[in-house]
Amino acid sequence: MDFNLKIWRQKNAKAKGHFETYHITGIEEDASFLEMLDILNEQLIREGMDPVAVDKGCQSSGPVSFDHDCREGICGACSLYIDGRAHGPDGHVTTCQLFMRNFKDGATITVEPWRSSGFPVIKDLVVDRTAFDKILQAGGFISVRTGSAQDSNNSLIPHDQAESSMDAAACIGCGACVATCKNGSAMLFVGARVSSLALLPQGRPEAARRARAMVAKMDELGFGNCTNTRACEMECPKGISVEHIARLNREFLKAKFSE
Amino acid sequence: MADKFNSKIPDGPLAEKWTKRKSEIRLVSPNNKRKLEIIVVGTGLGGASAAASLGELGYNVKVFCISDSPRRAHSIAAQGGINAAKNYQNDNDSIYRLFYDTIKGGDYRSREANVYRLAEVSSAIIDQCVAQGVPFAREYGGYLANRSFGGVQVSRTFYARGQTGQQLLLGAYASLNKEIAAGTVKSYPRHEMLDLVIINGEAKGIITRNLVTGEIERFGAHAVVLATGGYGNTYFLSTNAMNSNGSAAWQCYKKGAYFANPCFAQIHPTCIPVHGEQQSKLTLMSESLRNDGRIWVPKKKEDVDKLRKHEIKPSQIPEEDRDYYLERRYPAFGNLVPRDVASRAAKERCDAGYGVNETGLAVFLDFKDAIARLGHQRVAERYGNLFEMYEKITASSPWKEPMMIYPAIHYTMGGIWVDYDLQTTIPGLYAIGEANFSDHGGNRLGASALMQGLADGYFILPITIGDYLSHKFAEPKTDTSAPEFDKAEAEVKAKIEKLFAIKGKQTVDSLHKKLGHIMWEHVGMAREAESLKVGIQQIQALKKEFWSDVYVPGENGEFNQELEKALRLADFLEIGELMARDALNRNESCGGHFRIESQTPEGEAKRDDENYMYVAAWEYKGENVEPELHKEPLVYENIKVATRNYKD
Repeated sequence: MDFNLKIWRQKNAKAKGHFETYHITGIEEDASFLEMLDILNEQLIREGMDPVAVDKGCQSSGPVSFDHDCREGICGACSLYIDGRAHGPDGHVTTCQLFMRNFKDGATITVEPWRSSGFPVIKDLVVDRTAFDKILQAGGFISVRTGSAQDSNNSLIPHDQAESSMDAAACIGCGACVATCKNGSAMLFVGARVSSLALLPQGRPEAARRARAMVAKMDELGFGNCTNTRACEMECPKGISVEHIARLNREFLKAKFSE
Repeated sequence: MADKFNSKIPDGPLAEKWTKRKSEIRLVSPNNKRKLEIIVVGTGLGGASAAASLGELGYNVKVFCISDSPRRAHSIAAQGGINAAKNYQNDNDSIYRLFYDTIKGGDYRSREANVYRLAEVSSAIIDQCVAQGVPFAREYGGYLANRSFGGVQVSRTFYARGQTGQQLLLGAYASLNKEIAAGTVKSYPRHEMLDLVIINGEAKGIITRNLVTGEIERFGAHAVVLATGGYGNTYFLSTNAMNSNGSAAWQCYKKGAYFANPCFAQIHPTCIPVHGEQQSKLTLMSESLRNDGRIWVPKKKEDVDKLRKHEIKPSQIPEEDRDYYLERRYPAFGNLVPRDVASRAAKERCDAGYGVNETGLAVFLDFKDAIARLGHQRVAERYGNLFEMYEKITASSPWKEPMMIYPAIHYTMGGIWVDYDLQTTIPGLYAIGEANFSDHGGNRLGASALMQGLADGYFILPITIGDYLSHKFAEPKTDTSAPEFDKAEAEVKAKIEKLFAIKGKQTVDSLHKKLGHIMWEHVGMAREAESLKVGIQQIQALKKEFWSDVYVPGENGEFNQELEKALRLADFLEIGELMARDALNRNESCGGHFRIESQTPEGEAKRDDENYMYVAAWEYKGENVEPELHKEPLVYENIKVATRNYKD
């Protein structure tokens, strides 16, 4: 398969970015989107090797930087806004699990980084998502020391409740929700964490403090508000439901009233 | 020498060794802990749990990872589960049985005392994780659920759908976040360790590269903990994450830490087969699938031909024409034999010409019977997400046609040699999790990697490191302006400059693919002396090619992923050679290491306990000098060493 790729290039956080267009040929339809980018990079690096081309000033911006790691859809490292959609056109997958058979042969594909004031660009398609870590450090945990736990079966958790908690805990922290939201809101991310812990008995003692602290940190870091468009849920690669935002709101209100 | 290469296994009965050791370990008082600094490199299950637990104890911890967040370490990709000897199923499980299964599964090449301790602390891991909010699968009564796994006959595996590693890591990462918030741990994401700094023979710090700015930085401490995982990516194609690498461990080896059993690499039987040259990595399908899936190839070659030509679908082959070869060869364990046995059996069938896809390198994993027996809903609950993942990748539905699978490199049992306290041969340097060699012998059982990472990080290292630190609190903080830091930093900078200066004609990935081909061909599933010698020569030649013809674009002072890869490949080339050397030395078949010269007439692996019942620990002797082999004899006092038998 052949493609035209229109890719965002930005040398570093301070530089001004721009689109560059590349032509790529001979892609297997079973190749993943990131494998296609690997092949493009191989091509761009080879172009950079050619001293004649470099002398003529033909050197491109070098290989395209993009975050990726497990390539199994679970680490949450890969991102990419592809043809206007977080993680591309296939539903509920990360970019690493997006395969070229989802595109038309000869198509022009536009690739951009996550765009949100909460996630500044580091280089090309790589963004800084440490804001997510900071939100979790504000309270996304249960304060248990190593060694102080009781036997696991001393506290019973009904099957369905554990499953609901797991639904929320499936979040991979990729940031697609923020990138998709017109308000740049991190409510789905925060809601998923608050909800997964609030649904478990061992998460209740700190539930109020957790909801307050995480929401305050989210606001402080410049993420927007939720206006219930549900775009985040549509684009979440793990299909995290907005019901967890609703639960976050309930937990937050409860916390406010208990102040 | 004698002292540093001493396993320091405590005396006394097996079941009392850990208790005895703990009672001997000197303590550090809370006010002195505050004066002590510890560096933890890596934030997978081992690193994150260790850093969090050390922070809780009151030490000053610095934790480093190469990803943008500690949460993305490759432990996150573990699917199936974590073992613990809880005996919640009343199926007569016990600490002893978990110990026994692990020693046997490891083909009698791991230390009794270490493995017993692992089994001993396993139950506390589950309790700890539940307390952190890990949503393990539950029965309708609210009690924890279990599943079974390869190589054992009890159900002791705890799981959170097919995302157990993710949930355990998020638990450890949450505890780490708690300590970061408390100020006891400082986190350095996107930092790669490029060298270990030794002062007066003790590990005192590291040199890192800031992956965003390219800055080469120095960090000092009273002790360094290595939790950087395995070196499976030496093969280029593996189930490891793209950025997983052996470089931090390799720098420690080159600074004097012995590297143990490098040839013990695990080849996982249930991976999605290779589809083509453009492929960047292989995807694992959880071993838990073997609980209900049945593995087969056709009995008739004509069916194989038709399958390869797409003239028939696998589901059209009648029952009597299917060869469920694992059930046939190993009736007692059937599809649940250990990974090494299942992988070799798949290779045997494919080599005999029964591989079911175009490349001839695939077998079927079939859920037809499970769906009929359990119904769609229960199969979906157990494996739904794995089925979806398979369909996304291959565009074929496991509900309709069997999955196609083939073995792939997955895990490395070998690693940095450690004593009972998890200390390496360099005082003050510890290695935990997959980075060390200690617990899995020649083959790791499924759901045991998570157990070991968390055992080391939560319950073992935070105690044993105290013994070393108990006489360090009077020492001042490590001075990073010491000449040893200058030298290490200068060497790192020179290496980077050298890479940029080559300006050759080959990309890093193309050279890495070449290494992968050599490794798979000569140091793969079946190894043989002459072929290993050829492999060593080819790797050495490729190393020369790398250092004279690689092309690294860009510059150091920027975010530069090609430079990252080049630095890692430089080390993979050397790791690959040591793996081949170790494989050549070990002229026996054992666990994941199969020597063609050493097999029974039926083609089963043949161990040589008389000559090879030892840990092979390699000492670095300098560039282009053969490393020196040290042998740690393995003594089995509590278990009868036997030929592994999964037949009856």
